[in-house]
Amino acid sequence: MNRDSNLYTFIFATIMVLVVASALAFTATSLKDLQASNVRKEKMQNILATIGIETDREKAETLYNKYIVEELSLISGGKIDSNSNAFELELNNELKKPIAEQHFPLYVANVEGVKSYVVPLRGSGLWNAIWGYIALKEDKNTIQGAVFDHVGETAGLGAEITQQWFQNRFVGEKVFDEAGNLVGINVSKTNNDPKDLDKDDHEVDAISGATITGDGVTDMIKERLQHYLPYLKSADESLASNQ
Amino acid sequence: MEKNVSNSKQEPTILFVNKEREPLLSKKNRKLLSDPMDDNNPITVQVLGICSALAITVQLKPALVMSVSVMAVMAASNVIISLLRNLIPNRIRIIVQLVVVAAMVILVDQVLRAYAYDVSKELSIFIGLIITNCIVMGRLEAFALGHGVWKSFLDGIGNAAGYGVILIIVAFFRELLGSGKLLGYQVIPDAVYAMGYENNGLMLLSPMALITVGILIWIQRSRNRGLIEKN
Amino acid sequence: MEAYLNLFVKSIFIENMIFAYFLGMCSYLAVSKTVKTAVGLGLAVIFVLAITVPINFLLDTYLLRPGALSWMGSQYATLDLSFLSFIMFIAVIASMVQLVEMVVEKFAPALYGALGIFLPLIAVNCAILGGSLFMQQKDFSGVAESAVYGLGSGIGWLLAILAIAAIREKITYSNVPAPLRGLGITFIITGLMALGFMSFMGIKL
Repeated sequence: MNRDSNLYTFIFATIMVLVVASALAFTATSLKDLQASNVRKEKMQNILATIGIETDREKAETLYNKYIVEELSLISGGKIDSNSNAFELELNNELKKPIAEQHFPLYVANVEGVKSYVVPLRGSGLWNAIWGYIALKEDKNTIQGAVFDHVGETAGLGAEITQQWFQNRFVGEKVFDEAGNLVGINVSKTNNDPKDLDKDDHEVDAISGATITGDGVTDMIKERLQHYLPYLKSADESLASNQ
Repeated sequence: MEKNVSNSKQEPTILFVNKEREPLLSKKNRKLLSDPMDDNNPITVQVLGICSALAITVQLKPALVMSVSVMAVMAASNVIISLLRNLIPNRIRIIVQLVVVAAMVILVDQVLRAYAYDVSKELSIFIGLIITNCIVMGRLEAFALGHGVWKSFLDGIGNAAGYGVILIIVAFFRELLGSGKLLGYQVIPDAVYAMGYENNGLMLLSPMALITVGILIWIQRSRNRGLIEKN
Repeated sequence: MEAYLNLFVKSIFIENMIFAYFLGMCSYLAVSKTVKTAVGLGLAVIFVLAITVPINFLLDTYLLRPGALSWMGSQYATLDLSFLSFIMFIAVIASMVQLVEMVVEKFAPALYGALGIFLPLIAVNCAILGGSLFMQQKDFSGVAESAVYGLGSGIGWLLAILAIAAIREKITYSNVPAPLRGLGITFIITGLMALGFMSFMGIKL
């Protein structure tokens, strides 16, 4: 058949589309479960990391089920919406809704009898979205651990927020000031305390060259935590008794 | 490209004729592999495929993965187009090539996401940009459409390797000088830092990728004078 | 309105396709020898980016992303066709380029004369596919936002190629070391310009 005739071109194109589409659909469906479980396990791994449990991806699911005792889905006012599954909530989608309709996921961990509260975060860095998890200790004030991740921050600069040494700076800092007001954590360039020994200053040392990503982290922590205030304050004898 | 098309018409069975006469790695075939490393390097000489290359050269690991992915995509799509070269209607040639490349890239992307999740996160959209990586399309047009399967395969591997070499060299220097690490492990000892050495943060910024490639071209062309542009 | 302006400026200067992401470098290097051809290609890129990014946004929102098909009925709500996005995007781009070529040829022969040879090149310009892929990653809230982003990225690309073409025209008269001539010096100049563009970073309108 003539290679340049319309009919031939048409038949060729049709066959090509069918072959390619079915091959791709087959691969995508057969790998889908594996991919989804990667995403799921990574989330569990991140949540676990904030409460100080380092694990590889394989064991994440077992450990998660062991230590995370409650997955709460809060609505505004600090009430719990029992109809929604906190783990399945995509913060990304929630943020697009008006505040009144948003759900705020909260994970309660219990490690050997010690409780902690893991709050998912999401904000924007220099280029694109950044997100993470931050765990508050039983007093709902002191940070137990933090994990950050990003889509496309500058590698070697902003992207360093994913590194352990940066995340460790948050440990032990407090998010409320003495009067009980939420101040969050300031990722600061003018910190006189580069080793982060002062744990009462609500500041951690920024990454040099990554000012805007650092500001993004600051904003993200404060913005997200404020939505949890009703919950954190309501059952909050511990904070009051501290002062 | 007109020339290549007519070539393929004149010797349509090049694969089968050659198979008997030529050993698999004859001198000519070896040249297909070695040429792109220096004399005909896709990046520094043919000026193809720079787009997706530079953005992922901040660290060595993504550069390595990118090179391997490009190699897989190029070898596979070169073979497929070469197999189909006498069947593809001329008018929709480009679209057919794009579809084949895109399909290959999706396969690589899906496999990475399932089996190497961390790496696929790091490469993010740049894996998709292999589709429009000009070397892939360029070699399909210029070589695979007019040559046999085995030759096309070698050409794909060779060009991807030539591309990868540049990527790896650039990434090596940027990671070493920029963060004092290689593949994420610290290689510059703490003692050197104690003496006052500082990582050069500038190397991590994107402009330095361009300048590094510029310097590489400079070095290559002063050694290989034949490549110097008249102008 | 302010958000659009912010996005527009950001996509032109801060997230410049060439200087920040190196996208579309192949044609940037190949077609930047004279200002005239550079402008031609730049205009074509703006045109195609401004059309394909919003189209691909619609495709992504109503066809590809997980749950996008829910408008067809709840039984389709769980479908996830996102694995097809690369191929759909590139198909849209290739066919848009073809369409634009035909329309321009028919209705504006003069423009076609100027752009003609560049249009087919654009289908494989990384900046175009890059625009769509970034759009997908950025999670825009509406078509208008994605159109502004496409337009801005295109203008940024035109700016970059225009600048380098002008410099290259001048540099023919300079005494560049022989091995650096042509490609080498172009890379280095682009690098220096990119350094300059980095000073736009962090601007918030």
